[in-house]
Amino acid sequence: MTDLNANGRNMARTTTPSPSVTPSRLAAFLRWLRSDLRAALALTYLLILVLAAVLAPLLAPYSPTDQNIMNMLAEPSAEHWLGTDDLGRDTLSRLMYGAGNALYAAGLAVGVAVVIGVPVGVFIGFVGGWIDEVVSRVIDAVLAFPPIVLAVAITGALGIGLTNAMLAVGFGFAPYLARTMRAQTLVVRGSLYVDAAVGFGASRFHLIRKHILPNAIQPVIVEVTLLLAVALLAEAGLSFLSLGVQAPEASWGGMLARAYSYIEIAPAQMYAPGFAILCTALAFNALGESIRVLLDPTVKRH
Amino acid sequence: MHGVGRMVLRRLAQLIPVMIIATFVVFALVFLMPGDPAVTLAGEFASEARIEEIRALYGFDQPFLVQYANWLWNALHMDLGRSLFSNEEVSTLILSRLPHTVLLVVYALILGAVTGVPLGILAATRQGTRLDKAITSFASLGVAVPNFWLGIILVSTFALDWRLLPATGAVSIFEDPLQAIYYATLPAFALSTNVTAVLTRQVRSALLEVLGSQFIRTLRAKGLRPHAVLWSHGLRNIAATILTVAGLQFNLLFSSAVIVESVYAVPGVGSLISYSALNKDFPVVQGVALVLVVLVIGINLLVDVLNSILDPRVAAST
Repeated sequence: MTDLNANGRNMARTTTPSPSVTPSRLAAFLRWLRSDLRAALALTYLLILVLAAVLAPLLAPYSPTDQNIMNMLAEPSAEHWLGTDDLGRDTLSRLMYGAGNALYAAGLAVGVAVVIGVPVGVFIGFVGGWIDEVVSRVIDAVLAFPPIVLAVAITGALGIGLTNAMLAVGFGFAPYLARTMRAQTLVVRGSLYVDAAVGFGASRFHLIRKHILPNAIQPVIVEVTLLLAVALLAEAGLSFLSLGVQAPEASWGGMLARAYSYIEIAPAQMYAPGFAILCTALAFNALGESIRVLLDPTVKRH
Repeated sequence: MHGVGRMVLRRLAQLIPVMIIATFVVFALVFLMPGDPAVTLAGEFASEARIEEIRALYGFDQPFLVQYANWLWNALHMDLGRSLFSNEEVSTLILSRLPHTVLLVVYALILGAVTGVPLGILAATRQGTRLDKAITSFASLGVAVPNFWLGIILVSTFALDWRLLPATGAVSIFEDPLQAIYYATLPAFALSTNVTAVLTRQVRSALLEVLGSQFIRTLRAKGLRPHAVLWSHGLRNIAATILTVAGLQFNLLFSSAVIVESVYAVPGVGSLISYSALNKDFPVVQGVALVLVVLVIGINLLVDVLNSILDPRVAAST
């Protein structure tokens, strides 16, 4: 008993700070959402989208690949809320499964960009000199490529498919993050408190981890959110060209490609996937802009 | 003019390494291919002789840098190899298709400029009003809308329902310029929304900054009429912004053209690269990527030069 008690008191002592931190952070988060309707709407939409994608196997009324040749290109009805496609597959179900692919694609591309871009940017900003000069020219060169052209070319080489396509898109995005991170690193490195830390004998690793990363990462967070929208649009476009998600798997871009083939028979089929892409891109953009305002109060909302 | 000349030289010195690295990226794409690139390039049922032929064509048996030097040398002489599919010269193929893409991109840029610049000016001069908010929201829509979806909707509405414009296809600008523009109108419009949106935003914020600056306040205090302030002082100072933003848009327009050309069955380089990537016609893919990246770098240089002629401060600062 005494042991348990002691343990309990010990636990209580060590955990006291965290319960007080979490609710206040949560409260600050909720206060932000209440003050920023745009961010609240965007987050709600994205949350619903993630749930729809994750729970698609449970929630979707039909399998995304089950064909029904007796009911092709059907109008919206009680059985098929958004109608069916040219193979009689339920559009709503395909839309929900497509959400998973879209989010996976956007996350993968931006993840690749972060993993390459952030360390490279910090490194060249930190060491400077000829290494910085050379890598900066490589960054300029990659940025000179039209993004979809580079993505198509890399996908063509690696082999066609969603994962390869998004690796390619992510590679194309990495220079944007590297450039931002480099500029931020230069600013932080030149500031007085970093000089002070160097004076106290701080190691390079300590400088990067404790001073440069936390201070330089803010604009990257904004950029990452905005890049999610670009990556989503890229996935839709590449899947429209059949370079991304492969049939019979569902993707919004692929659905639009099929809908376009039957546009004269069933024009209604072209709306739902397009709106899904538009709304998701809008949500990422809105969230990015709101985070920008939140992190940098000097930015006016104009 | 002296400053401009020096600026061009300095920019060229910066651009040459960028150009070399960009060409290297295009060349190195071959090495991303899984397995032996010669086997992959030859296709599924290729004979041993065909594989050897491709190996010799690309020079895969030679050291890496020698391969690159050879490839670059040939590329400089307009020799980009032959299509693995049709056996056509890649350079001829690209040259015959490039005008379609350039027409679309320039047309879209003009459409974007004639809508985006006035919208930006209107929003800035009516800052905070409902009109400003409407224009800003419209710009947010413009960057988020998938161009190819807009393209599909335009086909459905303007071509199939109203029969106003042709749904798909293209006419060469050299054969019949008027018909070419007529055919390019819908795809160019589908491409232009991004330009409109970005120009609206940038012109608006640049103009707000200029109009809020000290010298404009002085001009107003001296009694200059608001119209005169806007037209002869405000706009002159945002000309460089417009030019720079427009120059940067080329890159993204070529990017969107890859997908929009497929929607409208335009035989440009955009549909060429996606079709070739699907069919593993790799020399063509490389050729298109190379030509477009060189074009983009060239356009950026041109924009810098124009900017420094327009605004001598730019030339002095670089």
